[in-house]
Amino acid sequence: MSGESTYNPSNGFTKWMDSRLPILRLAHDSFVDYPTPKNLNYWWTFGGILTFCLVTQIITGIILAMHYTPHVDFAFNSVEHIMRNVNYGWLIRYIHANGASMFFLAVYIHIFRGLYYGSYKAPREVLWILGVIIYLLMMAAAFMGYVLPWGQMSLWGATVITNLFGAIPVVGESVAIWLWGGYSIDNPTLNRFFSLHYLIPFLILGVVILHIWALHVPGNNNPVGISVKSKQDTVPFHPYYTVKDGFALTVFLILFAYFIFFAPNVLGHADNYIQANPLVTPAHIVPEWYLLPFYAILRAVPDKLGGVALMFGAIFILFLLPWLDTSKVRSARYRPLFRQFYALLVLDCLLLGYLGAQPAEGIYIVLARIGTIYYFAHFLVVLPVLGIVEKPKAVPESISEPVLGAQPAE
Amino acid sequence: MADEHNSAGDETNRRDFLYLATGAFAAIGAANIAWPLIHQMNPDASVKALASIEVDLAAIETGQSITVTWRGKPVFIRRRTEGEIAEARSVAETDMPDPQNDIDRVQKDEWLVMVGICTHLGCVPLGQAGDFNGWFCPCHGSHYDTSGRIRKGPAPKNLEIPSYEFVGDSRIKIG
Repeated sequence: MSGESTYNPSNGFTKWMDSRLPILRLAHDSFVDYPTPKNLNYWWTFGGILTFCLVTQIITGIILAMHYTPHVDFAFNSVEHIMRNVNYGWLIRYIHANGASMFFLAVYIHIFRGLYYGSYKAPREVLWILGVIIYLLMMAAAFMGYVLPWGQMSLWGATVITNLFGAIPVVGESVAIWLWGGYSIDNPTLNRFFSLHYLIPFLILGVVILHIWALHVPGNNNPVGISVKSKQDTVPFHPYYTVKDGFALTVFLILFAYFIFFAPNVLGHADNYIQANPLVTPAHIVPEWYLLPFYAILRAVPDKLGGVALMFGAIFILFLLPWLDTSKVRSARYRPLFRQFYALLVLDCLLLGYLGAQPAEGIYIVLARIGTIYYFAHFLVVLPVLGIVEKPKAVPESISEPVLGAQPAE
Repeated sequence: MADEHNSAGDETNRRDFLYLATGAFAAIGAANIAWPLIHQMNPDASVKALASIEVDLAAIETGQSITVTWRGKPVFIRRRTEGEIAEARSVAETDMPDPQNDIDRVQKDEWLVMVGICTHLGCVPLGQAGDFNGWFCPCHGSHYDTSGRIRKGPAPKNLEIPSYEFVGDSRIKIG
C-alpha cells in the first residue's frame, strides 16, 4: 500500500484477474513484499497472534451457535448439552472460552508494546485510535458472551454492568430498561445479547482491516522508534516476518493448549456452573480477569456516577494519548525518565487488576484509590510534563545503525 | 428576480431553501424509520402484562420476611418487630446519604415493602445483616438500615419502595 507495487502476475489467470480485481496484487503488496523495518523484535508478533485469535473466536463461535439456545429456560442446559453430547463440543467450547482470555492477554501485550515504543505518536494516531476502538468492541463482545451460558456470574455480572448505565443522570433508568427490554435482566436481554455477540466480531474484523490499512500507510514503528529512511532499513514481510510471526504463534499456542487441555476452567468462575437465579446474588461478583483493573477503578470511588465516569474515562483517555504525550521521541529506549514511569504504569495496572478481585473494603479500597490516581496522573500529568522536562538520549541516525553496531551508517 | 440574487452569489436564494427543505425532510424521515428500530428494544406487551401482582401476607409472622418476584425483580416484604420500627424512627435523617423519614417509607408501620435491588449496581442485598441490622449488599458493601435506607457504602439511594396498596387487611397489590 505504500511504495511501488512489485507484484508480477505469473500466469494467464492471474494476469486476467489483475486487470479486473487486483486482490492478489493487494495481498502481495500487503503481506508478501511489504517493506518492514528489519529490527522488529518479538513484541511485534502479537498483531499476527491477535489476527489468529479473532479468526479462532469467529470459527468456534459460529459452531457453538449451531448448538446453543438463547432462551433463559434452555441456555444453561444447552451449554451442558454442548459439553456432554455434541461431538467435540467440550473442545470447541473450551477453545472459545479460553480463547477470549488468550485474545485479551495478546491485546494487552500489544497495547503495552505500543505504549513503550511510542507507536501511538504521529503519524500513527489514527492507527492507535482504531486499536482502542477494537479494544472497546472486544470488551463489549466478551461481556455479552459471558452472559450467554446463563450461569450465576452471567446474570449478576450483566446486572452490575448494565446498571452502570443507570448512573447516567436523568435518562439512566430509561436507558437501562431499554437495554434490558424489561425491568431486569431476563429473556429479552439474553436474546439480544446473543444477537449482538454474534455481530460484534464481524465489526471487529472490519475495524481490524482499517487498522491494518492505517498501519500500512506510515508503515511499522520499530524498537528504535525512528522512521524508515532507506531500503536498507527494511526487509520484505515474507519470508522474514511470516516466519518470525509463525514461530511466536506456535509458542503462544503452547500456552493456549495448556489452558484448553489442562486448566480449562481456571480462568473462569465456579459460580457460573450454577444456573442463573434472579433472587440470589453470589457472595462475590468478580468479572473476568481482563476487566479487573477497570472494576477496581469503579469500586475505588465512593460515588456511583463518579465511579462509572472514571471507569469509562480510564478507557477513553487512551483516545487522547497521542496528544497527551508531548515528547517527540517515540521509543522508550531513548527516554530514561519515561521508562521508569512506564514501569510504574505496568505495575499500577497489575495492582489494580489484583485489587479488582479483592473485596471492596479496608486497605484494598485505599490501594485502589492510590492506583486510580496514578493511572490518571500518568496520562494527564506525567506524559505532558515529561515531554518538556526530560532530556532524551541520542537517537541513532537510522534503523541500520544500532543493528550494525559500531560500523558507521552509510 | 431569483436570477438577480443568484448572480450576487452569497445571498439566500430558492436553491438554498430547497436544499434545506429536502435535508429537513430526509432527517425527519430517517428519525421516523429509526424510532421503531430503537423502540423494539423497550419492554414488550408480554413483559408489561406481568407488571402487577397480589401477595397474601397472612402467613408472615412478626420478624419474618418473604421475597416475591415482581417484574423479574425480588421484592422484600418484612413484618418488622417493634424494636426495628423504634430503631428506624430514633435516628436523625440528616446524616444519611438519602434522608427520608421512616413514616414516608411504609403504609402500615410493621409492613416494610421494598424492591430488593441494591441501588448501587443491582445486586440483591442480604437480609438482617450489615452494620445497621437491616440489609447488606455483598457486592460492593452497601449497608441499609431497618427501614431500607442507605447508611454506609457506595449506593446513592435508599432501597426503592414500589407502588403498592393494601387490598385487604393482609393482602397487598404491588404495581
